[in-house]
Amino acid sequence: MSPSGAEFIRQIKTQIAEVDPADVHAALNDGDGNGTVTIVDVRESDEIAQGHLPGAKLVPRGYLESRIEGAVPDRSQHVVVYCASGNRSALAAKTLAELGYEHVESMTGGITLWKDRGYKVDVPRKITAEQRERYSRHMLVPEIGAEGQYKLLDAKVLLLGAGGLGSPTALYLAAAGVGTIGIVDDDVVDLSNLQRQVIHTTDRIGTPKVDSAEITMKALNPDVNVVKYETRIDASNIMEIIEGYDVIVDGVDNFPTRYLLNDATVRLKIPVVSASILGFDGQLSVFSPYEGPCYRCLYPVPPPAELAPSCGANGVLGVLPGTMGLLQATEVVKLIVGAGEPLIGRLLLYEALGATFTELKVRRDPECAICSRPPDEISEDEMGVFPDYEAFCAAAG
Amino acid sequence: MAIVRIPPVLRPSTGGAKEVDAAGGDVGTVLHSLAEAHPDTQSQLFAEGGELNRYVNVYLNDEDVRVLGGLDTAVGDGDIVVILPAMAGG
Repeated sequence: MSPSGAEFIRQIKTQIAEVDPADVHAALNDGDGNGTVTIVDVRESDEIAQGHLPGAKLVPRGYLESRIEGAVPDRSQHVVVYCASGNRSALAAKTLAELGYEHVESMTGGITLWKDRGYKVDVPRKITAEQRERYSRHMLVPEIGAEGQYKLLDAKVLLLGAGGLGSPTALYLAAAGVGTIGIVDDDVVDLSNLQRQVIHTTDRIGTPKVDSAEITMKALNPDVNVVKYETRIDASNIMEIIEGYDVIVDGVDNFPTRYLLNDATVRLKIPVVSASILGFDGQLSVFSPYEGPCYRCLYPVPPPAELAPSCGANGVLGVLPGTMGLLQATEVVKLIVGAGEPLIGRLLLYEALGATFTELKVRRDPECAICSRPPDEISEDEMGVFPDYEAFCAAAG
Repeated sequence: MAIVRIPPVLRPSTGGAKEVDAAGGDVGTVLHSLAEAHPDTQSQLFAEGGELNRYVNVYLNDEDVRVLGGLDTAVGDGDIVVILPAMAGG
């Protein structure tokens, strides 16, 4: 005769190791508390929303087999699983042992007994059911998960330019749920923009780009707070605009602003995800002040106007800013979430006709005019120092 | 022979070529060979005193020659010399 459910669980408990909450509490608070034990909560998401053990990995039992390797890749790691009372976690512990996890224990009494003992519980941030659904594909990725999504929702990202590069970054960062997205652009939508600036539409020709971008972003994701700056960034307003942002996306179309942005962001220690495009070629790097090189380390001196076809109208493959802008958006998400290896100290070159990527090393310049000094030594007068600002663009046409 | 990668802004000076073979045992010689074959690149690469223009970044394979031996950096057969200008298009 088949055993009852209760009898089945009793049998399972004889086959696994159990651990008292007091021992788990001690292990978590032992030494530096890092790496000695991994706690896995196997309850359902609505239960977890009421609170979980500090630092617990959240893997509902229904997804245990498919997701545990993402949460605990090392099968020799000491793992403690728990649920509400210790029954589901016993079943989970049995499964993990069968999956080859070598040191698994089920916490007796579950989180109920843990709380009765007066131990600390972390109550996760509340998000709506709609947000949970909207961002579910992020939450499923171990490198992002719920914590990463909360970071995105709390993040403030500033886009310089709502043009070729700014369009795709704005779209995807809005879709990703970046909570606050600032956009700086003083231009209006022009018919010639629409070959590549996909955030704008034909019926918005003549509309300020910041307004047009906001309409598309809000339609895609109403969660996003869009902050519009319908202005041209310059030395008089840059500090006021960029202060408080976590990451800045540089998609501007001229050298003077790129140098100015570099100097101001070094002073404020704000990372910049920078890309530029021309024809079929793109460049991408992340400038994280004092952690890696800055823009002036890479390009100490701007090219003369005749070699800098950036101020006037120049040809570009319409798809190219999409490619480069999305690489920028990817780097932004990585910086916010803290995943992967950001493109700091590396310059990525993309040549679309040959379909080639080239990676070059970028070193900090110990004699860099800006980032070789502490930020508080960079004066207002020095920022954005650029040879003959007006003449530069006039000569380039 | 080294392979020199030509950036978009210099391609009008190389007849549109994206890559040019150039002879030389060091970076300076390779770039001078390029300038001899394509004279329009001369003034864009070199200042009047013969030194590399400060706004021209040159990489040997993936490393900036400024942190190697500058124009004296030895170049082997098949090495790639990348001429990298700043671009500002957005």
